[in-house]
Amino acid sequence: MIRAFGYNEFLFLLSAVQWTLMLSVIAFVGGGIVGLFVALGRTADVKPVRWLANGYIQIFQGTPLLMQLFLVFFGATVIGIDMSPWVAAAVGLTLNTSAFLGEIWRGCIQSVPRGQWEAASSLGLRYPGLMRYVILPQAVKVAVPPTVGYLVQVIKGTSLAAIIGFVELTRAGQIVNNATFQPFLVFSIVAAIYFALCWPLSLLSQRLEARYAAPSR
Amino acid sequence: METTSGQMSADVVIRMEGVQKWYDHFQVLKDIDLEVHRGERIVICGPSGSGKSTLIRCINQLERHQKGRITVNGVELGPHHRQLDTVRREVGMVFQSFNLFPHLTVLENCMLAPMKVRGTTKAEAKATAIRYLERVRIPEQADKYPGQLSGGQQQRVAIARSLCMNPKVMLFDEPTSALDPEMVKEVLDTMIGLAEDGMTMLCVTHEMGFAKSVAHRVIFMDRGEIVEQNTPEAFFTDPKSERTRSFLGQILAH
Repeated sequence: MIRAFGYNEFLFLLSAVQWTLMLSVIAFVGGGIVGLFVALGRTADVKPVRWLANGYIQIFQGTPLLMQLFLVFFGATVIGIDMSPWVAAAVGLTLNTSAFLGEIWRGCIQSVPRGQWEAASSLGLRYPGLMRYVILPQAVKVAVPPTVGYLVQVIKGTSLAAIIGFVELTRAGQIVNNATFQPFLVFSIVAAIYFALCWPLSLLSQRLEARYAAPSR
Repeated sequence: METTSGQMSADVVIRMEGVQKWYDHFQVLKDIDLEVHRGERIVICGPSGSGKSTLIRCINQLERHQKGRITVNGVELGPHHRQLDTVRREVGMVFQSFNLFPHLTVLENCMLAPMKVRGTTKAEAKATAIRYLERVRIPEQADKYPGQLSGGQQQRVAIARSLCMNPKVMLFDEPTSALDPEMVKEVLDTMIGLAEDGMTMLCVTHEMGFAKSVAHRVIFMDRGEIVEQNTPEAFFTDPKSERTRSFLGQILAH
């Protein structure tokens, strides 16, 4: 039976936003933690570590996110793990996000002038202390705007989790459409909700960039 | 060339023997032999690209040498971290571009290494920092950030920051080259003060007035070699080599 798109359908879409947001937060936090190690690996002194981190980045940047989600979801079944779409989406998005954040943060770490490394080393600081107290605090300032900007990509990326069956905003839109057969209306509303989530973040990113680009004195 | 053969080796703080270094196929240091004694003040000069900065940067291994031996305070610099850590704790360095940590206040700049490397308490590190900031005559700037200071003040903070680690040797890599002329004197005065207290110093600089009044020995480098070394009087009045004469002619002809 075909229903009309009404208030209840709209509420259903809105309630699915929480899953989109939750998936985004997990991918962002998980990707951030793994991404920090990827960035440190990319800037390490030891060549094999740099190669490893670079290979990781190239694999995730060079293949579609959808394929990565498929591989995690179906790959888990192949090796005998029964993975829910929820876990598969979280794992896949975390890995993907870590590769992109890792590469963004590599640039931020390398933007800290060489002289800072030299001064810290000449004072006797070894790698962990040098990173923690001297390099990373300076890199973070540079990293904030592009990182907030990348959060927009993460939120939009979660829509692909719909295809492995995880009910977030896009999947909810498909479900509503199957009942109402009003694809243009339904997906316009879905798109508008994504826009409402992402636009403030884009604005914030631009504003942060302008703030940090301003001469600091 | 060595004028020091009679002295006890315990008095030698830095010894370089046959040190060589290449950047790819370009040899920056050719067979460098150098002994620095406790309390000795050495000025190294030479045209740009002569290897003088590379030489002092090898002493704390900001640059690695590929051949020869470098011994600092009895510790030979090898491939192991432990020796490097020991040496870096004993050797302070001041850079042309100051390299203060811009996200930390002047005081925090001075406290960081003593606390994180030597493990001193916060109170102790603070007391030491204030003592050395007073010594370079800017205790009132302690809570400012480096970006709020003039170049000369920043360089004096950089000197204080190094001194807080209580080094046995101080390396200066063109410490006044990035400064406006009116700020050169305040930094040189600070360095002269250090010299008067008996600090062992190696300075790469073109400040020949400083060399004349402070150095025990002036070393002239060209194309990766130590061409000539002598007391300042002899070096400036009676240079032995043609290369030294032409260099001095260029920098002293005003």
